[in-house]
Amino acid sequence: MTPLISVKDITKSYGAHIGCADVSFDLYPGEVMGIVGESGSGKSTLLNCMAGHLRPDAGSVVFDTRGHGPRDTVTMSEPERRMLSRTDWAFVHQHARDGLRMGVSAGGNVGERLMAVGARHYGDIRDKAVDWLERVEIDAGRVDDRPTTFSGGMQQRLQIARNLVTGPRLVFMDEPTGGLDVSVQARLLDLLRGLVRDMGLSAIIVTHDLAVVRLLANRLMVMKDGQVVENGLTDQVLDDPQHAYTQLLVSSVLQV
Amino acid sequence: MTPSSEYNFAYLDEQTKRMIRRAILKGLAIPGYQVPFASREMPMPYGWGTGGVQVSAAVLTPDDRFKVIDQGADDTTNAVSIRTFFERTAGVATTTATPVATVIQTRHRIPEEPLTEGQVLVYQVPIPEPLRFLEPRESETRKMHSLEEYGLMHVKLYEDISRHGHIATSYAYPVKVEARYVMDPSPIPKFDNPKLGDCPAIQLFGAGREQRIYALPPYTQVVSLDFEDHPFEASKADHPCGLCGADDSYLDEVIVDDTGGRMFVCSDTDYCEGRQAAGHRGKDLGGKDAA
Repeated sequence: MTPLISVKDITKSYGAHIGCADVSFDLYPGEVMGIVGESGSGKSTLLNCMAGHLRPDAGSVVFDTRGHGPRDTVTMSEPERRMLSRTDWAFVHQHARDGLRMGVSAGGNVGERLMAVGARHYGDIRDKAVDWLERVEIDAGRVDDRPTTFSGGMQQRLQIARNLVTGPRLVFMDEPTGGLDVSVQARLLDLLRGLVRDMGLSAIIVTHDLAVVRLLANRLMVMKDGQVVENGLTDQVLDDPQHAYTQLLVSSVLQV
Repeated sequence: MTPSSEYNFAYLDEQTKRMIRRAILKGLAIPGYQVPFASREMPMPYGWGTGGVQVSAAVLTPDDRFKVIDQGADDTTNAVSIRTFFERTAGVATTTATPVATVIQTRHRIPEEPLTEGQVLVYQVPIPEPLRFLEPRESETRKMHSLEEYGLMHVKLYEDISRHGHIATSYAYPVKVEARYVMDPSPIPKFDNPKLGDCPAIQLFGAGREQRIYALPPYTQVVSLDFEDHPFEASKADHPCGLCGADDSYLDEVIVDDTGGRMFVCSDTDYCEGRQAAGHRGKDLGGKDAA
């Protein structure tokens, strides 16, 4: 089987400071991978390099495109990369405000990706938007309300709907549950788990919340100081951590 | 009036005009593309047509006959002062009659009289970037133009329909030029949009504050954006003109008293006067064309 995304030796430094160094892994279709680590460990740098927001200094990110098979997204042309990020990729930001257009109604937010890939029938776009709002548990009656009138959890769910409406195959998530209270987090995780399973999505989730990866991720990668210090199956890494830093991370979680 | 000898012909110096002409030529070569140019300070405030004036200055020749309209009218402050400006600095002949003018500077209207080959229509443009209110970053809008990513423009129309039930954008209605660039036609009413395409005249757009020039060469394909189930519609007030009885021209609504009385008159004063001279009378003149 061809990996959906194959990352090789991704290195990115900010001047003398290392963002992430020599990260390699393969992700197969339907797999969810978690990346954990403390703040400043290079998780987000790595995610942004993979999603094409940052240009890595070295390495390749080979994505199995629908039309042309495996292609290196680092060296492909910008229009192609931006096309990928509108169709096959989705990016869920930590802060919903970064991923939404706050001045545009919920329906417009969900419809934007459809219109960006050529949908020109208002009725169809709106039906799809309503359908997606319901799938992420937002009342269809709020389709014309702006996201500024939504709660934090609703904004985050709207952002997810907006990203998934074009049926992407790979979702990048940067701390999707950050800043939400625990009960809202639980609902969001439940929703994400359902969507990932139903749509057969692959996902790469960056987080510092071990509960999130425990619930969502099949595999786990632990980063520290820009390096991957441990990786393996989620339960294996969390239940039997080998690296000193992973042990520290696992034991730091408060038990209630 | 004789031109003042203190100014170069048409106010701007020759090097500046050369620079503007280069921008115009580039704009004509790439219809709908916004060409940056080094906009000069003009003796008028931004928003009063500094871009249009610079373009007019660059294209005027001593043989031209110049017309200025502001919202269709030849006799409003803006139109009168710009016309006088070029009478004084270029000494060109001026007119209010659309068919005899060779260069027409306009704010927010296209004349009702069909334009002909050899005429140049110069638009004053406040904000040349159609994507501006959706995407505030200039770097990003430029990228969107270069990569033809225009989905966002439809988001604006979508918002219109979801809020008002129909596309409520009634002026500065976005168009696509030659199936490539999305262009802001300046704040002309969407009633005028169909006149942009396949027009025999050269159309030039100047934005002074924003330092952009763009252009439509003659007979360019210009399509107003819309949805399949909400097609573009050129709308106007559903009345005939109160003075000349025309039912095919764009109308201004004029409040005439404080008891709700109003009349609708052609916004194109030259067209209206021409029709009246030809004997047409609207209902406010008690004419036979009264509806």
